[in-house]
Amino acid sequence: MSQYIIRRLLSSLLVLLVVTILIFVMVRLIPGDPATVKLGPEATKVDLELLRRYLGLDKPATVQYFLYMGNLLRGDMGISTRSGLPVTTEIMSRLPNTLLLAATAILIAIVLGVTIGVIAGAKQSSLFDAISMPVALFGVSMPSFWLGLMLILLFSVKLGWFPSAGAGSLRHLILPALTLGVGNMAIIARMTRSSMLEVIRLDYVRTARAKGLTERRVVFVHALKNALIPVVTIVGLQAAGLLAGAVLVEIVFAWPGIGRLLVDAIFSRDYFVIQAVVLIIATGFILVNLVVDIAYAYLDPRIHYQ
Amino acid sequence: MPTSTHGYTTSRKVYKEMVQSIETRKWGKLGLFMSRLCKNKPAMAGLVIVSLLVISGIAAPLIAPHSPIEHDLSSMLAGPSWDYPLGRDEMGRCILSRIIYGARISLLIGVASIGIGLAVGVPLGLVSGYYAGKADFFMQRVVDTMLAFPGLLLALVIIAVLGIGIRNVVIAVGIAIIPVYIRLVRGSILSIKEEQFVEAARSIGSSDLRIMFRHLLPNCLSPIIVQSTLHMAVAILAAAGLGFLGLGVSPPTPEWGAMLNGGRLFIRGAPHIATFPGLAIFLSIMGFNLLGDGLRDATDPRLRGRG
Repeated sequence: MSQYIIRRLLSSLLVLLVVTILIFVMVRLIPGDPATVKLGPEATKVDLELLRRYLGLDKPATVQYFLYMGNLLRGDMGISTRSGLPVTTEIMSRLPNTLLLAATAILIAIVLGVTIGVIAGAKQSSLFDAISMPVALFGVSMPSFWLGLMLILLFSVKLGWFPSAGAGSLRHLILPALTLGVGNMAIIARMTRSSMLEVIRLDYVRTARAKGLTERRVVFVHALKNALIPVVTIVGLQAAGLLAGAVLVEIVFAWPGIGRLLVDAIFSRDYFVIQAVVLIIATGFILVNLVVDIAYAYLDPRIHYQ
Repeated sequence: MPTSTHGYTTSRKVYKEMVQSIETRKWGKLGLFMSRLCKNKPAMAGLVIVSLLVISGIAAPLIAPHSPIEHDLSSMLAGPSWDYPLGRDEMGRCILSRIIYGARISLLIGVASIGIGLAVGVPLGLVSGYYAGKADFFMQRVVDTMLAFPGLLLALVIIAVLGIGIRNVVIAVGIAIIPVYIRLVRGSILSIKEEQFVEAARSIGSSDLRIMFRHLLPNCLSPIIVQSTLHMAVAILAAAGLGFLGLGVSPPTPEWGAMLNGGRLFIRGAPHIATFPGLAIFLSIMGFNLLGDGLRDATDPRLRGRG
């Protein structure tokens, strides 16, 4: 097991290293250069040259990469050409908002998704099952940015229950988190249901019933534990994708997170910010996948990792 | 010559019978597949939605009541009426006509980006699965790296590099799909490459290329078709997402995501502008999801209800 974890850790580090190279190359392929963006078309050649030298853009690409990596390890991600602030400061002021949004969304998705999935699976072909599964299908197909607008229309414009934009309170958090969580909730509910259906027919569940346990205990204690194993993978994949999915939701609700920062940076060609946000989201994605794989290895001892 | 009669004719007869049985089995399989698909009501609903989408995409000029780009600022934000059943947008354009023409754009982006995914992903997956070893190891690390970017993020970065426009959206979505096809084809190849028919093909001197494309590829067509149907939903959603962020198709092209973005600012006064294009995106995605699920269940009923 520990050998598997070490190998998985090393391969994640390798992927992360390649990701830094890829992002570095891609950002440099964006037309124009940071100096021209910062100083505008009126800038003189001398000014441009000076700024390029200051930003280290006059050095060969490989040297630039090693400088970038060195700075990155020290927590220095460059200066935003748009705001003039250090990119690290910009990100640190927004990252907690995105993490809060994503964490609330996945919490909603897990709690509601697993509950709906378990009930639908345990009571197959019941009215609850017949209603909840088509609804879950709706949830899977629902574009988050449209759902967000519809929720604003209903709960902010018509009913006035929640604010339509901004952050700062629990009331601000509910609509964006629900919007981001619904798709994931639907996927988790469907997965839990089908996994539950497989487990509930197994002999050990029959044994549990035969020895006179209550139905609730059979479903929630005996069946659920094993049914959750494939669900963990799905939850992990969903959680990892949430940071990227948050980009759209943050735009809909004017939520001050890194997703909005990224889109603004793409419009204003703020190279260092693009580079940093993409790296953070990709790192989050890799980390969550790593944790899921390791959790999976613990949860399911039947699987031997080669 | 009795022996030749026995030796030659009999073997030919057996061969004919074998071919016949294979043919029957083949058609039988297709028949079985079709009957399973037709019995699946959600899949049929998906097929109806997808057909409507394709028809409105192809026959847009015949169906659309008005021009999708002709604007009339005097009646902007007008609500639904007999002449304009879904109302007019922030430029006074007919929303229904824009949605009908938008189907064309969405389908085009979906089909073209999946074309890129298939054209690059399938051969790479074939090579990766068939040869294994170093090439496979290298390819899988590339795939790992690409999959380290959530699809939308990768598409966003590619758009940042290439700039907006329909061609670049296709490229961005297509590239984001490639690693999924590499994984899928590689997985299928790994599970069938040790089968006897591959060994047989190799023993009669077939080249690697022939084995890969003539023998292995046809055997992983069904997961590819299922995946492509489901990916139409992903591609339409990604294109609409980029359009919504203002990073998709350039205006005034009628693209659903961009229409939604335009309507976002008027959600209080004229909610119909954002409602209907979103509904079109939602229905199309659901159509392809239902059809894809149905195709998967019909090709392999053991997977019914998964995911």
